[in-house]
Amino acid sequence: MAKTLTQEFTKGLWQEIPPFRLVLGLCPALGVTTTVQNGVGMGLATTFVLVCANLLVSVLRKVIPAKVRIACFIVVIATFVTLVGMLMQAFTYPLYGMLGIFIPLIVVNCIVLGRAEAFAYKNPVLPSIADGLGIGLGFTMALGALGAVREVIGTGCFTVPFGPTLTILSADWYTPFAFMVQAPGAFIGLGLMLCLMNLVPSK
Amino acid sequence: MNDMVKMVVVLTLLAAASGFLLSFAEQKTAPLIEMQVLNNEQWPTLQTIFKDADNLDTLVDQRFKIDLGDDENVTIFPGVYNGEPKAVAFEAKSTGFGGPLGVMVAVNLDTDEMVAIGVTVSQETPGFGSRAKDEPDLANQFKGLGLLQSFSVKADGGDIDAITGATVTSRAVCAAVTSAGETYKSIKPEILEKVKAI
Repeated sequence: MAKTLTQEFTKGLWQEIPPFRLVLGLCPALGVTTTVQNGVGMGLATTFVLVCANLLVSVLRKVIPAKVRIACFIVVIATFVTLVGMLMQAFTYPLYGMLGIFIPLIVVNCIVLGRAEAFAYKNPVLPSIADGLGIGLGFTMALGALGAVREVIGTGCFTVPFGPTLTILSADWYTPFAFMVQAPGAFIGLGLMLCLMNLVPSK
Repeated sequence: MNDMVKMVVVLTLLAAASGFLLSFAEQKTAPLIEMQVLNNEQWPTLQTIFKDADNLDTLVDQRFKIDLGDDENVTIFPGVYNGEPKAVAFEAKSTGFGGPLGVMVAVNLDTDEMVAIGVTVSQETPGFGSRAKDEPDLANQFKGLGLLQSFSVKADGGDIDAITGATVTSRAVCAAVTSAGETYKSIKPEILEKVKAI
């Protein structure tokens, strides 16, 4: 318990960055990372849910009986996922269209349930928020990075999140390797990035 | 026993609070979401199917809703030709290969013939089913046909040429147009009543 708030926050950005260190949340990592923007959008939606769910679970941790804690976590998480779905439809409709079914699927994302169970249920409010924010932003960075690799190799372009699409590799000399933006490319891209991450020591 | 009661009470209260929060959020976001759907999905299709209408710039503001019962309603967009509201367009849904599929159907109120149709929402496979939305070949076949009949692709004994490699999508478009016909039949008197005001 000697960890500071900063440590709780920064551990999610590198030491325990999902999905590379904590190998959780692979479904959205494989499913939506066809562009940088999709990856970052998905990451931010997950971050919102993580922070809110961690906050509420931490506030209610003395009230929630241990035997029904998982059911309570799911109710809390599902509420925020539904909420983020409505907000995205209301304000970022095209992005919601691209992410589609993966937004409701945040409910069953193991990262969110895992943080509620492993951290927020046992820790005070502030560290829980720091933990949720750190893990969420780490997940956003990871999805953005995987999205960038797949998009640049697969299409030769780079979509600045919520901005314009830039052409990185000119079509004059670069034939897009479209395989990378299809489903098998996701597995190979993620596998290679996991491999690279394992070459670097985590501490 | 005390434990049992606590479990039930906590979970019940949590679920009730969640229900209240979400119904509140739903009320607040519903109009915003309707505008987003209109701008992103229906408007681009409306522009194509009503490209010759006189009121292209104002037809979104002239839209009206008709109650279908069971808490459902349909939004009708009137199209004005030569100064008269001769046609209306509305959206019908069905299920395609990749998920929900929406088809905007414009129908002539005098002859019950289709003016044009266009796919609005589509999650079909890029390069195959997506051609129902991106290419006019399938949609054009419906032009001028009477809406009050059922449609099917040639493989199922109908008259519609399916898109090669996208039979499921083509069937979904036929199903959506057929259901649009059924809706139209049941609400035509109300439509005629409402367009008089335009």
